[in-house]
Amino acid sequence: MSKFKKKTNTSQSIPTSALPDIIFMLLFFFMVTTVLRESDILVEQKLPQMTQLQKLEKKTLISYLYVGKPKNTALYGTEPRIQANDVLIGTKDILLWVNQEKDKLSEAERDQITVSMKVDKEVKMGPISDIQFELREADARKLLYASTGRIEN
Amino acid sequence: MARKKGRMSQEVNAGSMADIAFLLLIFFLVTTTIASDKGILNILPPKQDPNVPPPEIKLNERNIFNILVNANDQLLVEGEYRENTAGLSEDVKDFLLNFGNPDEEALALFNSLPQSLRNRAKRESSSSDHPMSGGAVVSIKTNRGTSYEVYLDVFDQVKKAYFEIYGERVGLSAEQYRTLTGKTPAEKELMDRGKEGIPMAISIAEPDKIGGN
Repeated sequence: MSKFKKKTNTSQSIPTSALPDIIFMLLFFFMVTTVLRESDILVEQKLPQMTQLQKLEKKTLISYLYVGKPKNTALYGTEPRIQANDVLIGTKDILLWVNQEKDKLSEAERDQITVSMKVDKEVKMGPISDIQFELREADARKLLYASTGRIEN
Repeated sequence: MARKKGRMSQEVNAGSMADIAFLLLIFFLVTTTIASDKGILNILPPKQDPNVPPPEIKLNERNIFNILVNANDQLLVEGEYRENTAGLSEDVKDFLLNFGNPDEEALALFNSLPQSLRNRAKRESSSSDHPMSGGAVVSIKTNRGTSYEVYLDVFDQVKKAYFEIYGERVGLSAEQYRTLTGKTPAEKELMDRGKEGIPMAISIAEPDKIGGN
């Protein structure tokens, strides 16, 4: 009997005073890692899977170009298109776009601009080489072919 | 008056703090996309000045490793037909490590290589002279109709060959070498030591107008 009595004496509640701190910690982690997507992607994006991937360190230097078949084929057709920011652009507009992106960077970093090309698997080399030609013209020569990882066998 | 104040509870009720934090947490959990800026790096050649003719670079045929990909995604590697890219990186590695006709500098480079790479190095005069600049170039040529995925796969394989050589020189695996960022001086030193004397010479030719638009 006395055994049972002793048990009932112990406090049944778990101290929860540290709970907000834990939650805040998690919150801050996600706040720091989050990147709010500022634009809808209008083209199909199935990135190719490759093995020799490298990571880029400075995120501020990266500008994104999305290439792929438009999702809204009724409006934009079925040929691969280029998306910069949130609009579809033509190949000729790349020069202007690169210069706009360069203006966003500080003067010292301007020549280090990196273009990350997110190209759908289904795209052919024709449009890609056109883009590369324009990027050379715009002197944005660092290029990243964005792709997801693949496990080597 | 003073008494009344003293009686009032001095603590702010913090019980709902966790709920507020939870709410914010869930918001960020949902909106977060942990950005993955991973991919294959490529440096494009500088643009050509129309007034200046392109510099003529004389390279012997044996110093160029030709990879052609046609609009049907079939490969022609050094004149040999291939269905897929399997084993391509090994061939590229053999080509790069060949010392067919080394000059003094290249011999010094050869002697600085670790044993495992030296064992691999051949001395075939029909292949590349040496891996230093001007000695071995990998050329990738596609058609406009070639699919991007196959092109990238070829590029991937060539990069793999280079990373394996670089890694082996500094005693790392290709994987470890690839993840070096050059942020710390020690990492930068490793990177430079791996690359020294063997520049990444990948030439991407203007595609032919076949099968595209």
